[in-house]
Amino acid sequence: MSLLGNLSLDAIPFHEPIIMGTLAVVGVAGIALVIALTVYKKWGVLWHDWLTSVDHKRIGVMYIVLALVMLIRGFSDAIMMRAQLAMATSGAEGYLPPEHYDQIFTAHGVIMIMFMAMPFMIGLMNIALPLQIGARDVAFPFLNNLSFWFAVGGAVLINLSLGLGEFAKTGWMAYPPLSELSFSPGVGVDYYIWALQISGIGTLLTGVNFLVTVFRMRAPGMKLMQMPIFTWTCTWANILIVASFPILTAVLGLLTLDRYLDFHFFTNDAGGNAMMYINLFWAWGHPEVYILILPAFGIFSEVISTFTGKRLFGYKSMVWASGAISILGFIVWLHHFFTMGSSANVNAFFGIMTMIIAVPTGVKLFNWLFTMYCGRLRLAVPVLWTLGFMVTFTIGGMTGVLLAVPGADYVLHNSLFLIAHFHNTIIGGAVFGYLAGFAYWFPKAMGFHLNERLGKASFWCWQVGFYVAFMPLYVLGFLGMTRRLNHTNNPDWNIWLYIACVGAVIILVGIVLQFVQLYVSFRQREQNPDTTGDPWNGHTLEWATASPPQFYNFAELPKVRDIDAFTDMKEQGTAYQQPARYAPIHMPKNTPYGILIAGATTVFGFAAVWHIGWMAALGLVGAVAFYLMRAYDSDVDYFVQPEDIERIESAHLQQVGVASTDRTGEVTA
Amino acid sequence: MNMMTNAAHLADEHEHHDTGENTVFGFWLYLMTDCLLFASVFATYAVLFMNTAGGVSGRDIFELDYVAIETAALLLSSITYGFAMIGAHRQSRPATLGWLMVTFALGAVFIGMEINEFHHLIAEGHGPSQSAFLSSFFALVGLHGLHVTAGLIWMAVMMLEVRKRGLGSQTVTRLSCLSLFWHFLDVIWVCVFTVVYLMGVL
Amino acid sequence: MSSHVPDHTHDAHEASHGSVKSYLVGFVLSVILTVIPFWAVMTGAFEKSTLIPLVVILAIVQVVVHLKYFLHLDFSPASRASTFAFLFSALIIVMVVGLSIWILYSANAMMMV
Repeated sequence: MSLLGNLSLDAIPFHEPIIMGTLAVVGVAGIALVIALTVYKKWGVLWHDWLTSVDHKRIGVMYIVLALVMLIRGFSDAIMMRAQLAMATSGAEGYLPPEHYDQIFTAHGVIMIMFMAMPFMIGLMNIALPLQIGARDVAFPFLNNLSFWFAVGGAVLINLSLGLGEFAKTGWMAYPPLSELSFSPGVGVDYYIWALQISGIGTLLTGVNFLVTVFRMRAPGMKLMQMPIFTWTCTWANILIVASFPILTAVLGLLTLDRYLDFHFFTNDAGGNAMMYINLFWAWGHPEVYILILPAFGIFSEVISTFTGKRLFGYKSMVWASGAISILGFIVWLHHFFTMGSSANVNAFFGIMTMIIAVPTGVKLFNWLFTMYCGRLRLAVPVLWTLGFMVTFTIGGMTGVLLAVPGADYVLHNSLFLIAHFHNTIIGGAVFGYLAGFAYWFPKAMGFHLNERLGKASFWCWQVGFYVAFMPLYVLGFLGMTRRLNHTNNPDWNIWLYIACVGAVIILVGIVLQFVQLYVSFRQREQNPDTTGDPWNGHTLEWATASPPQFYNFAELPKVRDIDAFTDMKEQGTAYQQPARYAPIHMPKNTPYGILIAGATTVFGFAAVWHIGWMAALGLVGAVAFYLMRAYDSDVDYFVQPEDIERIESAHLQQVGVASTDRTGEVTA
Repeated sequence: MNMMTNAAHLADEHEHHDTGENTVFGFWLYLMTDCLLFASVFATYAVLFMNTAGGVSGRDIFELDYVAIETAALLLSSITYGFAMIGAHRQSRPATLGWLMVTFALGAVFIGMEINEFHHLIAEGHGPSQSAFLSSFFALVGLHGLHVTAGLIWMAVMMLEVRKRGLGSQTVTRLSCLSLFWHFLDVIWVCVFTVVYLMGVL
Repeated sequence: MSSHVPDHTHDAHEASHGSVKSYLVGFVLSVILTVIPFWAVMTGAFEKSTLIPLVVILAIVQVVVHLKYFLHLDFSPASRASTFAFLFSALIIVMVVGLSIWILYSANAMMMV
C-alpha cells in the first residue's frame, strides 16, 4: 500500500465532462472569493468576527450560509435528474450515464436532508432561540461553534467526493447488501458514512447544548409553559435529536465494521441480516423528519400570531401536540418498509400509529386557522410562505395517510407517488417554514430589510413551480413509474415527465430570485435599515433587542410574566427602559479550537475513506490534542464593563426613540 | 478595581453560579445519547445472536468464572471512584488522587482481561468475521471496552490536573462528569453480563 | 471560573454527592445482585424458564440500585431534570429495542429462517 492509501490521480474523474465543468466553475468561484476577500481586506474580519465566533447569532448566520450553498448543490442535482428524465424518454438514453445518475440521486437526498435542511433549521434556531428565552447565549458557546464546524466538515467530505473518487450509488439510505463492500467496492459509501458520522456528531452536540440552554437558562420568571412556541417546537426537535441520532451513529458504525473489518451484520453470508440496517436506519430516519418539520411548525405559529396581531390560539394544545408528535414519531418507523415482509400484526400496528400521528398535526392546522380567524392578516412575505405551507402541507399529509395503509403501500411503495408525497411534506412543510423564518428573522439578524417585491416573486415561483413539478409525480406513481429510473420507455409517461421538468425550472427561477433578493437587499441596506429592532410589532423577546442584537443580547435579563413577553412589556410600558446602573457582563472569548478540532476530525474522515493509515492517526490524535489544549486554555472569558454597555444601550434606545417619532410623524401625516 | 467588582459580581450572579451544574446536566444528557447508542447495538445483538452460521455459540465460548472476575473489578472500581469523589468534595488532594489511582488500576485490570479474552477467541479462530453472532458479540462488548478505555485516558488526564491544579470548582465539575461516565459504564456492564454472558450460556 | 466553592452550599450538595455509607450500601446491594444470578446460572440451580426472568429482573433491580446509589438520581428538585431525562430515554429504549425485536423476529418467522 502506498503512502496515500487507495488515493491516486485516477481518483479524479477527468473523463466526465460534466463533473470537470462543475469543478472548473467551483474553482473559478473560489478564486474569485479569495481575491475579493484579499482586495477588500476582509480576511481578518472573516476569521476574528465570524469563523472563530462563539456568538450564537453569528453561528446561526453561518449555518444558513452553509444551508444556502448546499441548496445550490442539492438543487443542481435535482434539476439534472429532472432534465435527464425529460430527455431520456421513449428509449432515449439522455445525457447522464447510470453510474453518474445513481450518484446524483444519492447526493441529492443526503445533501438536501443533512446539509441543507438540518443546517437551515439549526441556523434559525441559533439565531432566535436564545433571544426568545431571554438568555445571553447558549449553555455551551464553544460547543456550539464546534458543532457548526462538524457540520461543515461533513459537507466538505461529501463535496470532495465530486472531484476525488465517487459518491455512493446506493440511494440516500445506503441499504445493504448493496452498500456492502462486495457490491459497492468503491469509496462512495465510505464518503457517505464519514460525512454523515461527522456531521451527526455536530447535530447531537447541538441537541444537548440547546436542551441545557432551554432547561436552565431561561430569563427570570419564564416558566416552561411560557416559552415562545418556536422555542418549544425546537425543544421537542432537540429531544428527538438526542434520542434518535445515536441510532444513526450506531447503525453507520456497524456498516463501517462490515466494510472495513469484515464483520457480518448486514451481509448476505455468515448470518448477517440486512433488514436490521433498514430497521435501525428508519428508527432514526422517521424521527429525523419530525426534527425537520417541528421547528417549521413553530415558525408558522410565530408568523401567524405576529402578523395577525393576535395571541396564538391554543398555545397549550400546540405544545402538547408537538410532544405527542415527538413520542408517536418514535413508533411509526416501519411504515418506510411495510413491504419488507414482517407479519400482518406488525404492519397493522405501525399503519394505525401512522394514521394516529396525523391527529396532533391536524390540531396544529386548526390552531393556525383559528388564530387567523377574525384577525387582520398582513400579507408580508413570511405570511405568504405560511399560507402556501398550509395548503401544500395538507395535501402532502393526506397522501401520507394514504401511504400509511399497508395494503395501499404495497402498490405505491418506491413509486413516484412516494417521491411526490415526501417532497410535498418536506418542501411544502420544512423548506417553506425555513424560508418563512428566513424572511421573518432576517431584519433581526442582519439589521436591514429584505426586498419585499423580490421575496413575493420568489415565493410565487416556488409555490407554482412546486405544484407543476410534483403533482405529475403523483400521476406517474399511479401509472406505475418507480423511483430512481435512469431512462424510461413508456409513451404514457412522457408528458408528465416534461411537465415535471418545467416545474423544476420554475422552482429554479424562484431560487435565483431568492439570491437576487439577497443581493439587492444588501445593496440597498443603507436605505432599509431596521432601526427599532421590532420591525413586525413582535410578541417575543428577540424583538426587544437591537437589530442586529447587541453581542451580549440583553444588557439586563428581562423579567418575564407572560407567553408573549415582549407584548406584555410594551403594554406595561416596561419595554425600552434603561436601568439605573448596569452590571458587568461575563462573556466567552472567540476561539479557533472549533475549527481545529473539527478540521482534524475531517482529516481523519478523509483518510478513513481512502485507507491512509498515518493520516487517519494524525487526524485522530490532532483532534484529541486540540481538544485538550482547549480544555486547559485558561484565557476563555472576559467582562464587558458597565460604561461600554451604557454606551451601546443608549445609542440603541436613541435610535429607537428617533425611529418611533418618525413612525408617529408618518401616521399623523 | 475592575477585577474585584467582577469577582464580587460573579459570586452573586445566579446564572454563572451554576455553570458547573449546567455542565454536569449537559454531560448527563450526552450520557443518555450514549444509552441509545448502546441500546441500538444491544438490539442488533438480540436480533443476530442466534445467527452462528454453523460456528460457535455463546455456550461454547463464554467462561463465566472469568467474566465474574471482570465484573468484580469493574464493580469495585465504581465504589472506589465514589470514594475519590467524596475526597474531592472534602477538598482532599491525597485522598482524591489515591482513590483515582485505585480506580484506574481496577479499570486497567478489566480492560486487560477483556483484551485477553478477545485475543484468545481470535486466536482460536472465533474472530468477529466468522459469524453474525460473533460480529455482534465483539461489537457490543468491544464498544463497552472502548468506552472504558476512553474513561481510563480521561482519568489519567484528570489525575494530572488534580496534581497540578488542585481541586478548584472546574476540576471538581470535570471529576463529577467522569464520575457519571464511570458509573454509567458499570450500569451498561450489568446489562452486558446479563444479556450476553448469563443468557448466552443458558 | 474562579475556585470559589461557597461553604454554605456544601451540606445541601451532600445528598447529590453521596456519602461513604450510601456508596457502601449500593456496593453491597450490587454484589448481592451480581452474585445471585452468576451463582444461579453457573450451578444450574433452576430451570431455564425460571432462570431467564430471574436474571433479567435482578439486572433491572441492579440498574436501579446503581442509578440511586452511584448516580444519585432521585426526584429532588436538584436532580429531577436528570431523572426525567433518564426515564424518557428508558421509554425510547424500550420502544426502539422492543419494536425492533418484534419486527425482525416476525419477519424471520414469515420467511421461515
